[in-house]
Amino acid sequence: MTAGPWKMESQRSYFGKALIALGRRNPNVVVVGADTTESIKTIDFGKSFPDRFFQLGIAEPNMISVAAGLAAAGKIAFAATYSVFGSAHTYNVIRQNVAYTNLNVKIFCSHAGLTVGPDGATHQMNEDIALMRGIPRMTVLVPADGPETAKCVDAAAAMKGPIYCRFSRTNVPTITSPDDDFAIGRARVIRDGSDVTLIGCGLMVARCLEAADSLKRAGIKARVINLSTVKPLDTATIDRAARETGGIVTAEEHTVVHGIGAAIASAIAANHPVPVAMVGVQDVFGESGEADELLRKYGLTAEKIVDGAHDVMKRRGQGR
Amino acid sequence: MVDISEELIATLKKKAVTLRKHIIRMTHNAQSGHPGGSMSAADIVTALYFHVLRVDPKNPTWPDRDRFVLSKGHACPVWYAALAERGFFPVEELLTFRKLNSRLQGHPELGTTPGVENAAGAEGQGLSFSVGLALAARMDHKPWRVYCILGDGEQDVGQTWEAAMASSKYGLDNLTAFIDRNGIQQEGRTEDIMPLEPLAEKWEAFNWHVLTIDGHDFRQILAAIEEAHRTKGRPTAVISRTVKGKGVSFMENKIKYHGAATSDDELKLALAELEAQEAAI
Repeated sequence: MTAGPWKMESQRSYFGKALIALGRRNPNVVVVGADTTESIKTIDFGKSFPDRFFQLGIAEPNMISVAAGLAAAGKIAFAATYSVFGSAHTYNVIRQNVAYTNLNVKIFCSHAGLTVGPDGATHQMNEDIALMRGIPRMTVLVPADGPETAKCVDAAAAMKGPIYCRFSRTNVPTITSPDDDFAIGRARVIRDGSDVTLIGCGLMVARCLEAADSLKRAGIKARVINLSTVKPLDTATIDRAARETGGIVTAEEHTVVHGIGAAIASAIAANHPVPVAMVGVQDVFGESGEADELLRKYGLTAEKIVDGAHDVMKRRGQGR
Repeated sequence: MVDISEELIATLKKKAVTLRKHIIRMTHNAQSGHPGGSMSAADIVTALYFHVLRVDPKNPTWPDRDRFVLSKGHACPVWYAALAERGFFPVEELLTFRKLNSRLQGHPELGTTPGVENAAGAEGQGLSFSVGLALAARMDHKPWRVYCILGDGEQDVGQTWEAAMASSKYGLDNLTAFIDRNGIQQEGRTEDIMPLEPLAEKWEAFNWHVLTIDGHDFRQILAAIEEAHRTKGRPTAVISRTVKGKGVSFMENKIKYHGAATSDDELKLALAELEAQEAAI
């Protein structure tokens, strides 16, 4: 797969439509919301299935526990809002009522990361992957684009147990096709290469592909992996990449503290250690600005991924 | 008025004493746990498990069972004692409470203990969980009901009031909440820590049907449940005036026994008092 040109599409729209299609197929699916339902497109599910949709107001802890109660009575409960409210504000409710209970609650959160934009740091959730992957029994998904977001909805409903899935407010490049394979727990190699591996999640997967194109022009063959499941981590695919390419660059619209870079580094440290460079938010809060401006200012670019590739290849050389 | 026989009352009273003896023994054996708030809720739990709830100990996950949710999870000794006495698991297992490899965790765990319906420990989540259950019952046109016991300390928690609003928004008349109003929380009297009164008016303002009863009087408990069943279009809150540590004179109304077990000497005194009560019924 090469980089672009890509169609820019809304993950929220794919999410909303996938929920309705799922609702038609499965009468057991219910949706709870917290005064963000129009924004994240769950309101359309509510219009199609008014008896299976519950608007619970600005009360996210209650929303999560209500979803858990619905799930305890046999429902597949989707709880959806913005990621700062659906992860940080509700952390201990998710921990006790959703994960410890191992219930069928599917938390789908939009507005993850810096690209929330002008709303600023209060709404730019760069720590949710870190929070959620630390909870036992939790599955953590980060779809790369709209079609993959829709696949996450279906896969989440089919899987038993709790799920946290985060995606963007801003339109993102559509890099996958509806026909692509998707399975929870499997990282997908979307471009082969033997010199270095670029592993991204969410909208950073497209930037990994751009970086791979740029590296190719310099004669470097980069493998690109779409890490749409952060937990459970596909260690087989990651270990193979470490063994076969000898260096890894990770890219996430999230803090590098306990994000996918940290997850990957700790996995390969246990098996096949190679140099790692982490592109992500460097343990700081964001600020107001347009999505693209923020990605540039905070170093979430294809250029930084290219720099990371040169860095790991240089360090690997010194070690050998 | 509800027709309640003297015989039923005597049976329930005896059962409640049995539960209190289990609570004392379990927490003494563990040398930890929360006897005070378990004993204050013992009569409500007894009325529910031995007269009201439609549950099947042989089939704990029977889909049409009534749901009992303990929001004040630290009071799980009374829940475990009731479940064991009701036949969900052997009574002998009660003494594994809080021990390694036990099914009886220090706070309730869903899926491990037969009959336990929710996980609790962090306060203030149980009523919201009950709302989810009650919504599901209504959606499926099922007659089963949800009974939730909250502590009065939990009235401090914001989420309790989020759940109160949601319950009345959806007119959940299949949901009954008992507030175990024993007046004491971990560090002191509720009115010193965070004043709650006027509490009944608060629940009324949240559009609940509110009853205030003596939470140790079985006739009042059963009458409140009957009234909750008759009340349509609104959930019912039963503010149950109780005594923390109820049943053992030296434990009653003592802040210490919120989270402290009895010593060996206290154990003997406590059991002797409870056995005397049993004999007098």
